[in-house]
Amino acid sequence: MEDKKTEESGRIPGSRKNAVFGIVILFAVFPFIAGDYYVDIGFFFGIYALLGLSLNIVLGEVGLFDLGHAGFYAIGAYTTAILNTQFGIPILVLLPVSALAASLFAYVVCSPIIHLKGDYLCIVTIGMGEIVRLALINNPFDLTGGPNGVFGIDFPSLGGLLVIDSSIEFYFLIWIVVALSIIGLLQLQQSRIGRAWNCIREDEVAAEANGIDVRSFKLLAFVLGAGLAGVAGNIYASKLMCVSPESFTFWESCLLFSIILIGGMGSIPGVLIGAAAISLFPEIFRPFAMFRMLVFGAVMILMMMFRPAGILPRKRGGMGFRPDHGNPVDDK
Amino acid sequence: MEFRTEKKRSERMKRNDNGILLRTDQLTKSFGGLTAVCRLNLRVHRGEISCLIGPNGAGKTTVFNVVTGIYRPDGGDVLFNGESISGKKPHQIVSKGIARTFQNIRLFSNMTCLENIMAGQHCRASAGVWSSVFGTSRQKEEEKRIRDVAESRLRLVGLWKFKDEPAKNIAYGSQRMLEIARALATQPKLLVLDEPSSGLNDRETEDLIDFLKSVLKEDLTIFIIEHDMKVVMEISDWVTVMDEGRKIAEGTPEEIYNNPVVIEAYLGKEEFSEEEGSYDGPAPC
Ligand SMILES: Nc1ncnc2c1ncn2[C@@H]1O[C@H](COP(=O)(O)OP(=O)(O)O)[C@@H](O)[C@H]1O
Ligand SMILES: [Mg+2]
Repeated sequence: MEDKKTEESGRIPGSRKNAVFGIVILFAVFPFIAGDYYVDIGFFFGIYALLGLSLNIVLGEVGLFDLGHAGFYAIGAYTTAILNTQFGIPILVLLPVSALAASLFAYVVCSPIIHLKGDYLCIVTIGMGEIVRLALINNPFDLTGGPNGVFGIDFPSLGGLLVIDSSIEFYFLIWIVVALSIIGLLQLQQSRIGRAWNCIREDEVAAEANGIDVRSFKLLAFVLGAGLAGVAGNIYASKLMCVSPESFTFWESCLLFSIILIGGMGSIPGVLIGAAAISLFPEIFRPFAMFRMLVFGAVMILMMMFRPAGILPRKRGGMGFRPDHGNPVDDK
Repeated sequence: MEFRTEKKRSERMKRNDNGILLRTDQLTKSFGGLTAVCRLNLRVHRGEISCLIGPNGAGKTTVFNVVTGIYRPDGGDVLFNGESISGKKPHQIVSKGIARTFQNIRLFSNMTCLENIMAGQHCRASAGVWSSVFGTSRQKEEEKRIRDVAESRLRLVGLWKFKDEPAKNIAYGSQRMLEIARALATQPKLLVLDEPSSGLNDRETEDLIDFLKSVLKEDLTIFIIEHDMKVVMEISDWVTVMDEGRKIAEGTPEEIYNNPVVIEAYLGKEEFSEEEGSYDGPAPC
């Protein structure tokens, strides 16, 4: 994880480089000094970070209101759960399989609805997420185990060489995946693809009129976002060793949505902040559990009032842009 | 009044069908009961500046929206380079070589000026998800090319100093130029501008005219909606006049300038009703 992150930071200006390096060290050292309980919290922070990154593609980069994202997460988790318990396929093999399954599902379900605008798309995605959950409860073909879910999922292993079964190993598994995803997504942000996504978010008509195939790029965002959520589902299922529909409720989708709102649309550091808020906040305030929702609501309202763009909105123009070569000959 | 075409009369005599870059054939578009464009035939000649003029609500913007694929025509056809493009999606039409700007500026407001123009290069690039994620050498080369084109376009319109500034932060006149630069970054054969001088002051308008004349040199054709008659007469080689969805006249600027039908459409019938060739508005569609 460390190597990859420092390599990435080669493109990032000095002060940021140090900050990124510091954070990576912190994440790498943390599980060795903290107890298992906190390492597990760190793991779920990682899961939410990955889910946040996946929703950020759809909601943050393209501005598509997706309030059914837990549905893709569920498809990934259940793909892993079912294929592992029924056919004994190893978890790590199922990692890409779950991603593909969620992507395929997103492609099929989103193709007919992708032209819907803002609120309409939002409502349809809520419906989609709920249909997935209800389908899982209804136990189709006796595969999903109904409300109880699927039990007895294996730990990830590499042919007996390496078995990931301790908290610390899961922690590193998820954060390595998160780190790799961040590197890939940063690359995308600075590419033609990321720009096209942002253009669509800014002005769909202008994007289309400037040669961007809006429909395809929206679908691409859903497919990639769902794929990453599928990966999160895979790791989540093997960590808990069981999956059940109650992990993939509308509320879960709302939490993911608020990760992006808290952090800042389309901002990758923002996703980490948002995920931290969502996963650590309840732990910190556990003694006041009964006020959790109240505080959560108040925080969201305050955010909307004082920092509508999120805590760490994406800075444009500086990062990743090549410095002026030579002396810029100004306008004529 | 300065007429551009006086100097080019000999060239104009040579105009023939081969020289037509864009042509609409009986183009019709209606919204509910309102026929915004009715059986319109117009042509745009290669290498020229053509103007589309007409009173407010004449259907000019609707013509542009149909030509650029934002609306699907209800009847008739649009031919670009002899090929029918009606019913194609806007992004496909852009790759064919028609770029446009909007009457109400539509920029990607939170993106930088440079990024706005880079977006124009989108359709001339092909890097996919994986080559972008892994930053293959081909993708890097392409990205460099995109940036080079964008930077040169940004310099061309004199906005280099704002390259890292979000588009929403620059002055209105600059936003107009930025939008034109973005359209030029798609490497079009035909540049379609919807009222580019609206909201500009006299100096900015002069600069715009000079700019448009200068870009015309690079194998480009310009089709422009313009309300300012002074600008129209100064820059156009060919003028098409619309009223209530129909073409009421076409010709060189001086022909249009002296056409009583046009004068009437613009100024109202009363003042000219006693003159010969009186015009009673277009026939109902
Ligand atoms: N999307 C639309 N829906 C309904 N009516 C429209 C639409 N766009 C334009 N119109 C109508 O079509 C007519 C022509 O409009 P437009 O092409 O914008 O005129 P112009 O650009 O010449 O001022 C107007 O009466 C306008 O109200
Ligand atoms: Mg108009």
